[in-house]
Amino acid sequence: MSLDVLWFILIAVLYTGYFVLEGFDYGVGMLMPFLGKNDEQRRLIINSIGPFWDGNEVWLLTAGGATFAAFPNWYATLFSGFYLALFLMLLALIGRGVAFEFRSKVDSQAWRNTWDWVIFTGSLLPALLWGVALANLMQGVPIDAQMNFTGNFFTLLSPYTVVGGLSMVLMFALHGALFLSLRTVGELQVRARQTARRVGMWTTIVMFVFVLLSYFFTDMFTKIGVDPGPVPVLAGLVLISVAFFIRVKKDGWAFAMTSVTIVLSTATIFLGLFPRVMVSSTNPAWSLTIYNASSSHYTLTVMTIVAFSLVPIVLAYQIWTYWVFRKRLQPGGHLDY
Amino acid sequence: MLNVFLARWQFGITTVYHFLFVPLTIGLIILIAVMESMYVASGNDVYKRMTKFWGKLFLINFAVGVVTGIMQEFQFGMNWSSYSRFVGDVFGPPLAIEALAAFFLESTFVAVWLFGWDKLSPKVHVLAAWLVAFGVSLSAVWILAANAFMQEPVGYVLQHGRAEMNNFWALISNYQLWVEFPHVWFGALSTGAFFVTGVSAWYLVRKRDLEVFTRSFQIGVMFALVASVLTVVLGHEQAQHLMVAQPMKMAASEALWNTSAYHAPWSIFAVIDEARQVNPVDIKIPYVLSILAYNHPYGSVPGIHQIQALYQSRYGPGNYIPLVWVIYWSFRVMVLAGTLMILLALYGVILTLKNRISRHTTYLKWMVFAIALPYIGHTTGWIMTEMGRQPWVVMGLLKTNLGVSPTVTSAMVWTTLLGFSLIYLVMGLVDVYMFVHFIRKGPDLGEDPSEMDAKLTPALS
Repeated sequence: MSLDVLWFILIAVLYTGYFVLEGFDYGVGMLMPFLGKNDEQRRLIINSIGPFWDGNEVWLLTAGGATFAAFPNWYATLFSGFYLALFLMLLALIGRGVAFEFRSKVDSQAWRNTWDWVIFTGSLLPALLWGVALANLMQGVPIDAQMNFTGNFFTLLSPYTVVGGLSMVLMFALHGALFLSLRTVGELQVRARQTARRVGMWTTIVMFVFVLLSYFFTDMFTKIGVDPGPVPVLAGLVLISVAFFIRVKKDGWAFAMTSVTIVLSTATIFLGLFPRVMVSSTNPAWSLTIYNASSSHYTLTVMTIVAFSLVPIVLAYQIWTYWVFRKRLQPGGHLDY
Repeated sequence: MLNVFLARWQFGITTVYHFLFVPLTIGLIILIAVMESMYVASGNDVYKRMTKFWGKLFLINFAVGVVTGIMQEFQFGMNWSSYSRFVGDVFGPPLAIEALAAFFLESTFVAVWLFGWDKLSPKVHVLAAWLVAFGVSLSAVWILAANAFMQEPVGYVLQHGRAEMNNFWALISNYQLWVEFPHVWFGALSTGAFFVTGVSAWYLVRKRDLEVFTRSFQIGVMFALVASVLTVVLGHEQAQHLMVAQPMKMAASEALWNTSAYHAPWSIFAVIDEARQVNPVDIKIPYVLSILAYNHPYGSVPGIHQIQALYQSRYGPGNYIPLVWVIYWSFRVMVLAGTLMILLALYGVILTLKNRISRHTTYLKWMVFAIALPYIGHTTGWIMTEMGRQPWVVMGLLKTNLGVSPTVTSAMVWTTLLGFSLIYLVMGLVDVYMFVHFIRKGPDLGEDPSEMDAKLTPALS
């Protein structure tokens, strides 16, 4: 396998890790104002992701850094092109990050309500924007011969991409509700499960609408034909199975299935893109590919050695943290956030 | 040109703002790890209370540092896409490695530390603090490796229309990196130390929680002395290296328009006429610039005009002179801050050793304000080093005005510049409010807001 291909896969893995992991904490953040009926419940909800969200967010930072290192042109075109969308996402992430830390530290209802609103928006907006961004990546965006994005913020918004954004929001809300059902007990757990069931139905519907629209708005499926192949089909089947696992109260299995759905959906997108990393809607020949966007062979070799030595260590201690904080949160206990 | 101007302001504001939080993160976590180690070694509960109190302030500061760091990593692609395309092959890897090696470590173990008090054994818990300390310091190494490349590009070859890495080892053994990192790191340590010393002084003046804050003061002031002395000594190393790598920055920091005499005097106060390129007033101390540049009282230092002529023959026609008055004064303010830090810390150590701290309330009150000194030092230091590199974004390779994103309009940069500045301002105010809030409450209150208020209410009524 050439190093360009390997790094395309590694970056896909990093984004997948980001969506699976931060996906649930975005979902939890979005649901917090609705599922938490009083201050303690809201705190329990926030504390359920307390030990994890920051580590999860590093998957995004690493994906960004790895894109810079392995495909500088991709990084340059994507970040300067999706400029205002990225700006909104950064505002959301900045606000959300401090909100977790600041919220419960001052005992004032107005103070806490303000930060709850920041957590909600800060979780919803990145999910929405990533959905819109992925739909745009699939559909293609105006890119000139010098690899520069020539559209504007509104070029990125279309009915198709907004459906993409919505399906991401719903997917993460479902994923988050299931995570909550694993971390809580009693009333909150019951409510999380109910929410998962309700959101799950809409997630399934909107995801299928999105897939259907993709047949018309992108070249992904026309490239491979009517049968999209095993990965997306399996993603669909796994998503449908979530409803079953929620009904039989197998929360762990249901959460595993939403994780698998996110993995397979992300894989579908990256498989559809390959070997392109950004599709030019102006002229297909101007698309960025893993060949014209990549770093030199030397740099990719260095980065490969670094990645293969560090990633196992990172995975080991991140898995260890999930093990340390595996116990469900009980009402009445000490809360750090 | 407006784009370049706005993008530079945005970069400057984000970086300076981010670097208000980073040094305290690096410095404070080391002191906290020391305090917690003392707790684990001695079992003395006072050290645990100290650890928890400083830990709370650390976490507030850490949160802002982290979120502004996200911006730091993404703004290269947003506003500087031509730069990113040109140097991404060399500049991207340190950033990616920083995320992989350091960001994961610090963010994971900060959470383990915060949430793990009753889930981990004390030894594993203190290890988490040390891992955070290691992670944040490692982060500094990698981001400074990237910065060092901008100051002194090494380990690359120009081909395929861009800079491509051809020697990773050269990149991370860059001499510039190893004069820059220790200076920045000890500066960060002194920030943490002055913070602990200053906040403790505030309590000592009020005779509150003397057990916790006498010890905190002692630990803080010792670290403050060692760290500020080393910051200055290592800064001197860095200045000497400027003579080799960036003589223009050195000349600008002295407003030295023409090459000095063999025994170069150091300007202590100058009125700079930037347009006519002369200093109508210039008060000098003999020999000191030679010492600064070469560590000997002799050796002439090249002037701005001479280096400008040299650069024109080397890089072609153009203006290679940075904004002199900014470099000149930021350098002097930094040096002054460093000097005051050493003197104040030295005095504090003497008083501590003589066990006379509690009687010197005036000194203690000064130390509260002295918290600002390392911040002044860092900010002016970065302004000097980054603005002193102009007009280059990568010294000798790429000029700043060629690095911006070609299709990002100035209206877009205005939007993000105002948006980020506004959120930074709000966040800064909230951050200070939280600090004051918790410092007022003190170490024993504020464990949990509900308990805290239960304790506070009777006191207030």
